[in-house]
Amino acid sequence: MAKELLKGNNAIAEAAIRAGVEAYFGYPITPQTELLEHMAARMPALGRTFVQAESEVAAINMVYGAACTGKRVMTTSSSPGVSLMMEGLSYIAGTEVPMVLVNVMRGGPGLGNIAPSQADYHQMVHGGGHGDYHPIVLAPASVQEAIDITVLAFDLAEKYRTIAVVLADGSIGQMMEPAELPPMAELKKHLPHWAVTGEPGRARRLLTSIYLNPDDEEVTNMRLLNRWMSIRENEVRWKEYFLEDAEYVVVGFGTAGRVALSAVRAARAEGIKVGLFRPITLSPFPEAQLKEIAAVSEGMLVVEMNAGQMLDDVKLATEGLLPVEFYGRLGGVVPFPDEILGEIKRLAAGPIPNQNGHARQRWLERLALIKERD
Amino acid sequence: MINPLPNTHTQVVYQRPKSLTTAVTHYCPGCTHGVSQRLVAEVLDEMGLREKAIGVASVGCSVFAYNYFDVDFVEAAHGRAPAMATGIKRVFPDRTVFTYQGDGDLASIGMAEVMHAAARGENITIIFINNAIYGMTGGQMAPTTLPGMKTTSSPLGRDIEMTGMPIRMAELLSKMDGSSFVVRRSLHDATNIRKAKKAIRTAFEVQQQGLGFSLVELLSTCPTNWDLTPNEALSFVEEKMIPYFELGDYKVADAVKALKL
Amino acid sequence: MPAKGWIEVNELHCKGCELCVQACPQEVMSLDKTRLTPKGYHPVQLHAEGCTGCAICAVVCPEAALTVYRQIESRPVAAAA
Repeated sequence: MAKELLKGNNAIAEAAIRAGVEAYFGYPITPQTELLEHMAARMPALGRTFVQAESEVAAINMVYGAACTGKRVMTTSSSPGVSLMMEGLSYIAGTEVPMVLVNVMRGGPGLGNIAPSQADYHQMVHGGGHGDYHPIVLAPASVQEAIDITVLAFDLAEKYRTIAVVLADGSIGQMMEPAELPPMAELKKHLPHWAVTGEPGRARRLLTSIYLNPDDEEVTNMRLLNRWMSIRENEVRWKEYFLEDAEYVVVGFGTAGRVALSAVRAARAEGIKVGLFRPITLSPFPEAQLKEIAAVSEGMLVVEMNAGQMLDDVKLATEGLLPVEFYGRLGGVVPFPDEILGEIKRLAAGPIPNQNGHARQRWLERLALIKERD
Repeated sequence: MINPLPNTHTQVVYQRPKSLTTAVTHYCPGCTHGVSQRLVAEVLDEMGLREKAIGVASVGCSVFAYNYFDVDFVEAAHGRAPAMATGIKRVFPDRTVFTYQGDGDLASIGMAEVMHAAARGENITIIFINNAIYGMTGGQMAPTTLPGMKTTSSPLGRDIEMTGMPIRMAELLSKMDGSSFVVRRSLHDATNIRKAKKAIRTAFEVQQQGLGFSLVELLSTCPTNWDLTPNEALSFVEEKMIPYFELGDYKVADAVKALKL
Repeated sequence: MPAKGWIEVNELHCKGCELCVQACPQEVMSLDKTRLTPKGYHPVQLHAEGCTGCAICAVVCPEAALTVYRQIESRPVAAAA
């Protein structure tokens, strides 16, 4: 396949179709609506299922039903819509059926705005719905990566009978870039052994998230956890840039990681030995890799389009081995490479002042000055 | 049993339907949930649908329906059964998909899901149990609780100034262009139970013929939370519920009439 | 002569709710107060002659606990010419 100029949202939708998604249920919300529209145009023509649900609540529960049949299913939304899906996601996790969710994040909390944001990190990575479960969360930083991750998400969801989330933001969803789509995959011929399909000639099957006996629920939770341990063992993904000789390391995912790469290149041009670590799986988080890097680096800078949500995970992973600083923009503001370059220079200039406070507090004070200046 | 007389043979007049499992229900003695489930099972047996049906259980006393039907089942979140059924039916259009929901589930938290399933003319069957109360949580006011009726969350009786009037779902759903068959029946005596079964049969036939959304509302009892004996509860349905929730055929689309069932 | 019928009570399922007792047109059903089911209920029983096998008890039974039989007069296989 040749490269084409593709918009992120359409690329994700088409990638899902080519990965063999058989049913899509969604609800319009900016900045992911093109995804729904792409599905509306393509799925019925292919003889597959498309339903515009009456709400995100209904959409995720339609996904839940279709997922119970073992077919490839997905829904997509943006932050406020994903909040509405949390009930269904918890049930899906508890029932151990695979599905793919795309969250094209926007500014919040509340109705917020439609600008790109990464403020749903905690909600996606650390749960969101009730109960003890872990979805796989993958964060693309380009249209091509969004395509590749979407295909991967279906495979991982099925392999581990889990929820796989493509956590993009409005910027990835709306940008156009040359990218290559995969060839059209064949639809699944065989449905899994647990699928509820109304098939004659076998014992009945039941899919549920209810285990009234706490001992049974504990066993279920242990099964989920063991599966999660296996995911942690095998599915951690990340990308490294200029880390071979780096003294300082910037950590950022998705769009923030992409902007940070420009800043890292600029810093390198000025002779600063800095590299970039970009987690692709936010869940499972590349803890061991970050700890290794922390052991041989002077300082870290976490860059996010939120108030330091991944920062907490980076600090946990690096176990206090080195100073970890933070720079973020909030509410739908995307940082410029120059801002991050300034932060890299500040880190590389030597001992960070006021080490007693929290990195988030120091950053908030700097951000207040930036806002005053603007 | 041994035939006691010569020149006679034994006919089985009634036996437990095959579409029911042997599980003992969690329902209180005399609760007519069991009657409605038995009727659904009898219809599945008679139509030969046991092995191609997929049921969707809901939340409330109906939550364990999946234990009682010997068919493939899933268990939905509270109120979302019609959405879940939609997801299943759309990927398996040739299967018989039905939900089994109570009034709290369908008429309160699941109002949006059921209305839109009807609006889409979703080709599913909904068995809707209206017993005017939240049974599983111990007898709170439901959207179908009658005016003045005492519940644990309306201890002085339902005050319609504060809570409005009960919702008549069959009437409401009959106004949706997408619904094909919407009727209300009662389970308070043998005659009405027979009529209820016929309605359930028609509802499944509607789905079999691809005619769209079908729903049978069944007036049911909750002796425990109504604080009545099972037989007194039947009288309550007849004397108190039916005057407000009138029995009848609220929507029978022309295509359904043409089936001449 | 009215048809002769009888019932079998599945005592695992019967909860002694008495809906069948009230519904029985022949008034020949009652709870057996001398016995308990495995779940601790008094099971229903036929306490007198007169069951016709009409199955109304089974129609109103919430637990599908009743099997109803009826005795049918066998037609002569070959009638005399």
